[in-house]
Amino acid sequence: MGIYLFRRVYQAILVFLFVSGIVFFILHISGDPLSLLMPQDAPPADIEEMRQSLGLDKPLIVQYGLFLKNASRGNLGVSYHHGQPALKLVLERLPASLELVVTTIVISLILAVPIGVLAASRRGTVIDRASLLGSLMGISAPPFWIGIAFILIFSVELQWLPSSGRGTWAHLVLPATSLALYRLALFIRLIRAGMLDVMTMDFIRTARAKGVNEQKVIYKHALKNTLIPFVTIAGMQMGSLLAGAIVTEKVFAWPGMGRLFLDAIGVMDFPVIIAWTLVTATIFLTVNLAVDIIYVWLDPRIRHEK
Amino acid sequence: MNHAAAHRDFSPEVSRGPYAPPKARYLGFEYIPAERQLLHSFFNSKLVQAALLILLSLAISAVFSHWIAPVDPLEQTLRARLKPPIWEERGLSPYYLGTDSLGRDVLSNIIYGLRISLLVGFVSVGISLVIGLTLGLTAGYKRGFWETVIMRAVDIQLSLPLIMVALCFMVIFGQGLGKMIIVLAITGWAEYARTVRGTVLSIREKEYVEAAHALGFGPWTIMVKYLLINAITPVLILSAVQVPRVIILESTLSFLGLGVPVTTPSIGMAIARGYQVLFSGSWWASIFPGLALMLLVACINIVADWLRDALEPRSREHN
Repeated sequence: MGIYLFRRVYQAILVFLFVSGIVFFILHISGDPLSLLMPQDAPPADIEEMRQSLGLDKPLIVQYGLFLKNASRGNLGVSYHHGQPALKLVLERLPASLELVVTTIVISLILAVPIGVLAASRRGTVIDRASLLGSLMGISAPPFWIGIAFILIFSVELQWLPSSGRGTWAHLVLPATSLALYRLALFIRLIRAGMLDVMTMDFIRTARAKGVNEQKVIYKHALKNTLIPFVTIAGMQMGSLLAGAIVTEKVFAWPGMGRLFLDAIGVMDFPVIIAWTLVTATIFLTVNLAVDIIYVWLDPRIRHEK
Repeated sequence: MNHAAAHRDFSPEVSRGPYAPPKARYLGFEYIPAERQLLHSFFNSKLVQAALLILLSLAISAVFSHWIAPVDPLEQTLRARLKPPIWEERGLSPYYLGTDSLGRDVLSNIIYGLRISLLVGFVSVGISLVIGLTLGLTAGYKRGFWETVIMRAVDIQLSLPLIMVALCFMVIFGQGLGKMIIVLAITGWAEYARTVRGTVLSIREKEYVEAAHALGFGPWTIMVKYLLINAITPVLILSAVQVPRVIILESTLSFLGLGVPVTTPSIGMAIARGYQVLFSGSWWASIFPGLALMLLVACINIVADWLRDALEPRSREHN
């Protein structure tokens, strides 16, 4: 297990370096931020001065070396637009994004597990069909459009919940549920399929044969074995949610780091774009690593392997 | 054939699924040829038939959108700004589903937009398929150095959120239909490569491949006739899942203004424009395009589920 862990950490670091390199180089080849930063009629001397003060006059490879050196100290450059350290800007917005993502995951898990189990244990019934059809709709609708539909229904028509901003729990309801719908649908399908898979296994037959009551068979024997592989997928969804939340943050004017990133794209604010990408990649990689470790720890077959 | 199928007979709920296949018995195991299973489940499921019918009509309207769309989707008619759908009091013919804030017809934008969705979905998945299939086949057959390189690249690609990769590429390359197709193709190849390599690895040591080697068949014949053939089913199933994913990703990018240019009618952009007038009560400009997209994606997902259930015996249990 030690070697396995080491390999996973090593791989995560490799991916991180690769991402930082790609983002850095291509962004710097793709456009000159000075053309957007400076007024059209700025004198060339001023442009040169600005270029030097931002370090944009040095060769690319030198810039990247400097970037890596600074990045290792937590310095990802100063935002061209806000004039503040880019990493600080992104990290300031991180709690808002995490709040959204964690609420989303909690909602989807709390609902998906019972629905999935119910659908699997009553296969072919109305409950099962309804959950299948509902989850089909859920995975087919673009999350940002669900957000818009929710705003129309609950904010514009019914006026129950606020449509934008952050603050009270009421602000969280619409963004989190609209973002959760897709994961909820996905999780229901996964748990249902997983349960049906486990229910055909020998140990379930044995449990039934020795007279364990059906409730216990389902919740103790089958569900436990379904949830182990499910942890991996749920965890990976958590990482990708952080990136996927961008659209929801835009629709609900949620002050998270996705919105900061979108605004940064509009003004070619490279340091912020890079900082967002690296922070998101880091969280994604860390969560996936943690999920892998939990998975190994949960599954005794792997845990005891030498 | 498969042991799970044999277990099924002990379960009390054998034939409750909506499309239980007829059972031919061979040495105690269920044996149903894939194509028969496919046809059988097709004729037994109204849902799949309806989905394919809708898909077909959407495809036809995409191909002939020039004739079917009532108005030019980009035409701005100022006197017809923010008209509601035709069944409402202020509705105006020929704007059946209303117009947006610039007087553009919502229905025509949907018809042209779905055309872009289908185009992007199928073309970019097709490109990912070709790239992934080639690399996966190479990795699985040649092994060694190239396998390591390819599989490392797959690991890197799959260890990043899809939407993040797509967003970063679109930021770098800028808007454009062709660029987006390529970017989405790049983000999708890795799963094909992994699937194909897995299939190839499980087959390459089989006796009949060894026999082919012994008979003196060249590597190309073996790759195409023995390995590629076996990879078709998993690749087909994967594609059916990838197309809806790519279509939603396309609409997301376009919604954010990072996808197709403004001059190309797309669902994502239509929703974005409708979103701007949502609070003034003009709900139709954002709701209808989204509904249309959902219909398209749901139909593809139904077909995808059907293909998977019919072609992959293990998952057949679940329906």
